[in-house]
Amino acid sequence: MTELPSNLKSNPRLDRWIDVAPDGTITIRSGKVELGQGIGAAMLLIAASELRVDPAALTLAPADTARAPAEGFTAGSLSVEHGGAAMRLAVAMARALFMQAAEAALGAPVELENGLFSVPGTNRSVGYGDLAAEVDLSVSALDQPIPVLFGEGDGAPGFRRPDLPAKLSGAAFIQDLRLPGMLFGRVLRPEAPWLRLDGFDEAAVAALPGVVRVVRDGAFAGVVAERDDDARAAIEKARRSARWSRIGTLPTCDEAQTWLDAPAEEAETLLEDAGEPAETVTRLSSSYARGFLVHAAMGPSCAVAHWTDGRLDLHTHSQGIHPLRKQLATALRIAEDAINAVHVPGAGCYGHNAADDVALDAALLARAVDRPVMVLWSREDEMSWSPHGAAMRVDLAAGLSAEGRITHWDCRIASTPHVARPGSGNGLDLLAARDLETPHPPSTQSNFKVPDRGADRNSVPIYALPQRRVRLNQRPQGPLRSSALRALGAHANVFAVESFMDELAAAAGADPLAFRLAHCEDPRAAAVLKAAASAGGWDPDEPGGEGIGRGLGVARYKNSGAYYAAMVRVEIEESVRVVSIHGAVDAGRVVHRDGLINQVEGGAVQAVSWTLMEEARWTDEGFAVRAWEDYPVLGFRDMPEIVTEVLRSDAPPLGAGECSAGPVAGAIGNAVAHALGVRARRMPITRERVMAAMDAAL
Amino acid sequence: MSMDDPRPYDLTVDGRAVRVTARPDTPVLSVLRDDLGLLGTRTGCLQGRCGSCTVHLDGKAVQTCSLPLWSVEGRRIDTVEGPSPTLARVREAFLEEQAAQCGYCVNGIMMTVSALLDEGVRDRSEMLETLDERHLCRCGAHPRMLRAIDRLLEGAA
Repeated sequence: MTELPSNLKSNPRLDRWIDVAPDGTITIRSGKVELGQGIGAAMLLIAASELRVDPAALTLAPADTARAPAEGFTAGSLSVEHGGAAMRLAVAMARALFMQAAEAALGAPVELENGLFSVPGTNRSVGYGDLAAEVDLSVSALDQPIPVLFGEGDGAPGFRRPDLPAKLSGAAFIQDLRLPGMLFGRVLRPEAPWLRLDGFDEAAVAALPGVVRVVRDGAFAGVVAERDDDARAAIEKARRSARWSRIGTLPTCDEAQTWLDAPAEEAETLLEDAGEPAETVTRLSSSYARGFLVHAAMGPSCAVAHWTDGRLDLHTHSQGIHPLRKQLATALRIAEDAINAVHVPGAGCYGHNAADDVALDAALLARAVDRPVMVLWSREDEMSWSPHGAAMRVDLAAGLSAEGRITHWDCRIASTPHVARPGSGNGLDLLAARDLETPHPPSTQSNFKVPDRGADRNSVPIYALPQRRVRLNQRPQGPLRSSALRALGAHANVFAVESFMDELAAAAGADPLAFRLAHCEDPRAAAVLKAAASAGGWDPDEPGGEGIGRGLGVARYKNSGAYYAAMVRVEIEESVRVVSIHGAVDAGRVVHRDGLINQVEGGAVQAVSWTLMEEARWTDEGFAVRAWEDYPVLGFRDMPEIVTEVLRSDAPPLGAGECSAGPVAGAIGNAVAHALGVRARRMPITRERVMAAMDAAL
Repeated sequence: MSMDDPRPYDLTVDGRAVRVTARPDTPVLSVLRDDLGLLGTRTGCLQGRCGSCTVHLDGKAVQTCSLPLWSVEGRRIDTVEGPSPTLARVREAFLEEQAAQCGYCVNGIMMTVSALLDEGVRDRSEMLETLDERHLCRCGAHPRMLRAIDRLLEGAA
């Protein structure tokens, strides 16, 4: 028997995945949640293709901890690969049971088309609803034979995401939820990571209009009010009388980042190839880095909590409702099954944001009243207290033979944590937990091990190289909490690898495309690279150096996910502008072609913003990013032309939300070097960094 | 009674005459969402930058998160949930191009685009400048939105 997908093995009851009502309504449930990536559309298409029904005839129920399959985090571009494979097999097994029931009912072999089981050559047929009473879906997938799979079809051309019409009109997001009697809460958080609340004038705040309750538990403080604007006003008032004390001895901004400029020697070896080095005639080394990135979701993090008789009902936009429930149970000192968490979409989520933190905030504030409470984070807290993308430094060294082939490859990474999600470490990683009168300490170490730690993601190049060594110097959490942000280490690692490949090509006197292909033994990687180069009009002899340049970047995300390559063109006047991105992707068989392109291109645009513009800072006064003004992101005026070719593939389907980030960053670095004749190795590649690189080259 | 106490305000929202009793400095966004239940106007940064909360005030696109109620007394507000035929065309073009990922920023953007179209703006770069100043999108759905806008500009030329 074929091995079942792991998510089906751990959630084997078919009725967790699919329900059929006698009126013919079919409901499917996935533990993978909508983060703005369009996964709901993909799940509907997968289920519809296996049930042979119109996707519009299916309902996708919101994920919850009561009924939906527990599928961990919606992360790592694994929702189609793992969640989709489990969904496909689960509904195909359900379909097989219905087919058996149809044959029993009709007394003859049946065919299935448009949701109808019919006996060929007759007008006798039954639908799913007609058989609902006959078919027991409370059976285990472990006991079912593996059914025929109908597969992905043709990528569903013309299929529109069913969630968008509502999102482009009225109430649609968690922030728009309005439960009967609902109150609004907000939390008072410090403006520097090293401050802890001592107290504030609680009586004055409690007397403000609309304030229902002031909540204090240790250094955690918040208000509950009739309206959100009342809660905001109350928090402003509380802040004016707040007293803070300094805790710990956190380093200053410059001290904390010295390792970015000169990392410590100690490092753990993650990979070391055996063998003797080939004869090396040229040796090269370079260092690359990126600073902290702000998650900067468009909407405020939000949760709605409601306590009744010691039980907690929670609405959340968390990426992992089951792990969140577990952590909440510990933080609130109640049983896990006393919590039901339901997922409701929030604004676009690109990794571990504050969705989990605000869930604990809401639970703590709602415990003080007997009505549902919605908590929204302020923009200031969103920019400062949401987990950041980790700061990283990547040192590379390699040798070249007389024939211009790479003889060895040495990589040393230093990075703050990429994995600090609640439930992924040995402590309690919900922000308020550490502030409580009886605190729960945050994790000191991650449960995640190589290759899932994050910092080493894509540190092993896609190329066939001898004598590789990868070492990691894992830095502790600093003043800015860092955790999983789209692509994790792959953004900086691929930026470094692809930049260094161009530097090695130059040292070997080779064309960057030819040099890559000469070192590439993976035909799928070579195919995306050639497709992107051809779409972008790659010319080995194209002159650079006049402020106009082009560059290439390629990777296979995590070395196990989707392949993506980009050819980027830049123009540099005052600052770097990405003019165009010609990309090619191979994500295996395609479930939803337009959804795939949307994800790949969205990732590419975000990577342009990260690579050219974004870096979080703090000063001796505290957080330096408190508003969008403090943290410019790529806008409409600077949007590149972007074209994506989807390569045909018969391989299993793969997620694609993260595959473009690294290659686009690498291609930008290479295009900048081609345009200027000097290389910027630290992201973001701002005007100042470009100037510094030019000064250093003089 | 202090000047800050709640008092009734009359305004026209999505073509209907409404009376709202609230404090004069209440942000219009909060009135729309929490008094009138018009939740399609999104709560975003509340700092007047991201543009999620954009509506039409007497036909002009404005952000509502910092706009006090007293300043809109007797005026006409149209939201993304209103009946404007231009807005309906904009929405259809956005859906046609699937010009969204999470969709959180899109309602505000559609409001600015429809106001500009109603004002007779047909120049792509003028539209782009306005969007750049007043709206953010974090998902990188901009290229699709620009395609939807090109479609609208072609249709309106």
